[in-house]
Amino acid sequence: MRTALAQASLIRHRSRTLLAVLGVAIAAAMLLDMVMLATGMRESFRELLLSRGFEVRLAPKGTLPFDTDATIPGVKAVTAVLRSNPDIREISAVMGGSIHIQAGDRDVSSAVLGIDPSVQGDYVSLSGRDVKSADAIAVNDYLLGKLGARIGDTVNVASGYDPQTRTYTGQRKLVITGPVKFIYGAKDQAGAAMRRETLEAMSGPEKRDRASLFMIRVRKGADAERVRDWIETQLPNVTAISVATAIAQVDQRLSYFRQLAFILGAVSLFVGFLLVTTLVTVSVNERAGEIAVMRAIGVSKTHVVQQIVIEGVAISVAGAVLGLGLGLVTARYLNAILSSFPGLPMAIDFFLFQPRAAWSALGLLIASGIASGVYPAWRAASLPIAESLRREAIA
Amino acid sequence: MSSPIVSLRDVRRDYALGAERVHALQGVTLDVERGDYVAIVGPSGCGKSTLLNMIGVIDQPTSGTVEIAGKRVDAMSDREATSFRLHNIGFVFQRFYLMPILSAVENVALPMAEAKVSRKEREEKAAELLAYVGLANRERHRPSQLSGGEQQRVAIARALANGPTLLLADEPTGELDASTGVQIISLFQRLNVDGTTIVVVTHDEDLASAARRKVHMRDGRVVDA
Repeated sequence: MRTALAQASLIRHRSRTLLAVLGVAIAAAMLLDMVMLATGMRESFRELLLSRGFEVRLAPKGTLPFDTDATIPGVKAVTAVLRSNPDIREISAVMGGSIHIQAGDRDVSSAVLGIDPSVQGDYVSLSGRDVKSADAIAVNDYLLGKLGARIGDTVNVASGYDPQTRTYTGQRKLVITGPVKFIYGAKDQAGAAMRRETLEAMSGPEKRDRASLFMIRVRKGADAERVRDWIETQLPNVTAISVATAIAQVDQRLSYFRQLAFILGAVSLFVGFLLVTTLVTVSVNERAGEIAVMRAIGVSKTHVVQQIVIEGVAISVAGAVLGLGLGLVTARYLNAILSSFPGLPMAIDFFLFQPRAAWSALGLLIASGIASGVYPAWRAASLPIAESLRREAIA
Repeated sequence: MSSPIVSLRDVRRDYALGAERVHALQGVTLDVERGDYVAIVGPSGCGKSTLLNMIGVIDQPTSGTVEIAGKRVDAMSDREATSFRLHNIGFVFQRFYLMPILSAVENVALPMAEAKVSRKEREEKAAELLAYVGLANRERHRPSQLSGGEQQRVAIARALANGPTLLLADEPTGELDASTGVQIISLFQRLNVDGTTIVVVTHDEDLASAARRKVHMRDGRVVDA
């Protein structure tokens, strides 16, 4: 009977109920988006780092991977040291740089990675064709489009270019393979990959036996943090970064951003709370006589409160469900805008839907909806019956 | 002789009205016997409704005792008073106060639902009561689809839902035209003949004359019982 009364009451004030549901839905959508934003980048970054199973990365001492042009000397010696640790399963040495490709009379520049295709974690091949030979270059769709070339074409690739004299250095003829998608690549960023030996040979002696980055897969069950500590003691000229360390650094850089998201999320929650409180208060004030009559004919205070709270819960639940859809659509739209910022990996999501966090946020909103209805309902049910009836009669 | 169903002894009720103290009841002593039909009459503001509220256990006296069906009700807790009203008191108000969102049969069934009567039983009983008050064909109508007299008859059926010891009515004909009022008066008479104890507060001479006994009030006191 209480549920039926609550339902009938909501239907009776159809427009008000719909507006309230819409208001709660907007608050819920904002709350959900802020929760997704507060934790999204961190989780998305973690997933990205772990996507290819590399748990430790080595960069030149005091730098982050590809933060500077600095390199680690002695790839062979470093690899030998790393291989001496039985917890290290695979090592991928990566050389970063830039290249220039002749496209007719145009010069097209691109970032390039020198890798070992058998153990790399920088790109995924979209066609299954990889840089198997020394004269192969894998390119992404964007570079392929800029070159106006096709897979299988041979192009002139150089490691250096002087625009004033229009002369190239370290030139090679390479066959285009791929296409590939770079995991850390930004939108509209030209990218290419070739064997590290090829890039070394093109770049000259200053880049020989050097790497910008080492990526390490540890043995299953091994502690990546212990491996990281061991590397730092064995190789004093490198900075070893585990996923946990990288996440901690991201956390530090994003702390203000996250705090802002939490504050805005809390504001959304408060707005939702106020909205339901206001609605329930208006509703019970309007029905003071009705409530007094219910109490007079023997309906208990608890049952009156329950009926009113059910109305608040129904509005909150409907608003939360609608807000979930609205929040996801908004997040998707905003994510598309933010992800296209120059220099950011396309695979990073600003808004990441994490079921546990989302349910907790929406659960909190529904709980606040319940709490917001209890006080005005209890106050209305506790008013002196005779006095309420007298006032109603005068009114 | 059996003990009275309503027994008030030296009941006083004071209100604070701003800085002023209003003495709504000033030592009322009154007995109502089982099966009686009492009309409380008097000028506006003489304390009739306050007295009815005391008997209906929706207000408590400042001093004095109120006993209904052998139970002291003047100092009951809210929970006890609510339960007592549910099972022993039937209320009829001047403005009917039906739930606008419920049909006639649902309005009548409401107190039975609260008393945990099964759905089947309460629907049957509600239909019976509506037939008793002459509204067998109006079961599914909402209050807004009923005339004033019909709404008041639904309210009377609701008051009878849990088989109350006492039926209390506050100006039950106050919102009705004369001919509709007559129907309500005869319904009250029939109820009383069928064994219901009734106390009404009224300004309506016809309704007061239909009662077995009149209680006259003035300035918060019973002047003639």
